[in-house]
Amino acid sequence: MSLLSVRDISVHYGQLAALRGVSISMDEGETLFVTGPNGAGKSTLLKAIAGAVRPSSGSISLADKVISGQPPEQTARLGFSMVPEGRHVFGSLTIEENLRLGTGIRADKDRIEGDLETVYEVFPMLAERKDGQAGVLSGGQQQMLVIGRALMAGPKLIAIDEPSLGLAPKVIDQVYDTLLKLRDSRGLTLLIVEQSSTRAMLTGGRMVLLRGGKIVLEGDARELANDESLRRAYFGFGEH
Amino acid sequence: MTAVLQILFDALAVGSIYALGALGIALIFGVMRLVNFAHGDYIAFCVFAMLVPSTDVVAIVLIGKLPAILLIPIILLIGAVISVLSEMLVFRHLRNANPATMMICSFALGFVIQHVLLMFYSSRPKAINLWSNLSLPVEIFGARIPLLQLLTIIITFVILVALMWFLKRTRYGLEMRAAAEDFTMARMLGVRANRVIMTAFAVSGLLAASIGLILATQTGVADIRMGMPIMLVAFVATVIGGLGSLPGAVICGLLIGAASVLLQVFLPLDARPFRDAFLYSAVILCLLWRPDGIFAPRSAKQRV
Ligand SMILES: Nc1ncnc2c1ncn2[C@@H]1O[C@H](COP(=O)(O)OP(=O)(O)OP(=O)(O)O)[C@@H](O)[C@H]1O
Ligand SMILES: [Mg+2]
Repeated sequence: MSLLSVRDISVHYGQLAALRGVSISMDEGETLFVTGPNGAGKSTLLKAIAGAVRPSSGSISLADKVISGQPPEQTARLGFSMVPEGRHVFGSLTIEENLRLGTGIRADKDRIEGDLETVYEVFPMLAERKDGQAGVLSGGQQQMLVIGRALMAGPKLIAIDEPSLGLAPKVIDQVYDTLLKLRDSRGLTLLIVEQSSTRAMLTGGRMVLLRGGKIVLEGDARELANDESLRRAYFGFGEH
Repeated sequence: MTAVLQILFDALAVGSIYALGALGIALIFGVMRLVNFAHGDYIAFCVFAMLVPSTDVVAIVLIGKLPAILLIPIILLIGAVISVLSEMLVFRHLRNANPATMMICSFALGFVIQHVLLMFYSSRPKAINLWSNLSLPVEIFGARIPLLQLLTIIITFVILVALMWFLKRTRYGLEMRAAAEDFTMARMLGVRANRVIMTAFAVSGLLAASIGLILATQTGVADIRMGMPIMLVAFVATVIGGLGSLPGAVICGLLIGAASVLLQVFLPLDARPFRDAFLYSAVILCLLWRPDGIFAPRSAKQRV
């Protein structure tokens, strides 16, 4: 039985259909990249899983429980943690308060301090300023904070909307190293949205390409990334 | 010197009540974007809860006869309960409604509470005698300050410190601050919307009950409309403070209270009846200068 299963969901913003019959399925410990051009519906897909927007049809289940129509706090309790588009740092809270906010739902309380140390090791800059207000951080620093915050919730499945955004290439490497380490040591499942397929090619895993609210291509990330069909599908060449 | 001291205590005591009121309104606004105009009616409700329902002019105290150590917690509890109940019965169902709809409903709820009180107690204000020895003055550096005034200031200070501790040092407080800033993100991190909102209403109700107790002791009157003026000033204070900013609400509540006392003292005699015109002109100037309020919360700006 798969950890996450999205079955034929559609999401509408008023009249506009942002997703039109999308299905994905993920096993535990798997990595799935979602790519696609601007406005393809990538962020909407993550929001629908998180429970921040409600699908107009279809259903989503996580760990064998139906989560579509459930409030976001319920989905979080089943082990879904998310770094949404736009970061959403709590600017008036301190950095450490931001990091600890999501730990309230964890069953493995004894692991919290160790995880906090790990986050501080990966992002030493956060440790330096842990009692400072998060609102004054730069864009890249905020990105580190929200990735750390999502990890602190001790998720089974972490979804990150464009982790590379605003980060220096060296830091991006570190972020991916950490994620892959956690995947291999704890069976963390990774659902990652990236506009480009470069990372997917380096990291490996599965990849789906969204365009116009539909999945237009699906397969092994490395194979697809070298394939001409990806570029054609991405830009919509050869379609009428 | 003694005159200055007297004015200072007057200003602080009046400002304290407004600060408590503004805090109650700002707390709810923070988590729900609701301006709860029924807040003033919670105050009256708590005061009337001490009385036996009757339409006589002289109130017969019921639980008001209890010793303070019982009466105070009971009244605080009543405040919390009516506030939480109004959340569960009314506001919960309007969470996705627009702010204007919620505000109108809070007005309506306020009228409902007023008219329930009207039915049981009639519209005439009632004399109520609560701890009358608190109005005896105490001497501080030669100034004679009513004990209740001193107590009001101390109680407000204690409440503010306790609330600050609650918000800064407890899990509930952390969740409330996070929810006030970005509700959806907080929920995605597991913060329970219902729990946070109910906590905010409970605390807000406690604040309303505290005001009720102070007012009833101070004025010796139970009046169905007694919460209204406080609510209005408190609302103004939260707007000038920057809706949603708790420190802003407290500081502006104190400032408005202080300003009204100072104007009362220093305006020429002929101008005193128009004190509020001066006060609210200052409010308008303040808002022209800072339309979002003096302490508008600085949310995390998105930067790349
Ligand atoms: N809150 C909203 N209200 C109305 N329309 C929206 C909203 N959010 C997204 N949309 C629209 O839905 C479509 C999909 O948006 P979405 O943000 O999911 O795309 P995306 O693939 O994440 O794009 P990007 O690469 O720019 O982040 C777009 O046409 C967008 O304009
Ligand atoms: Mg997006």
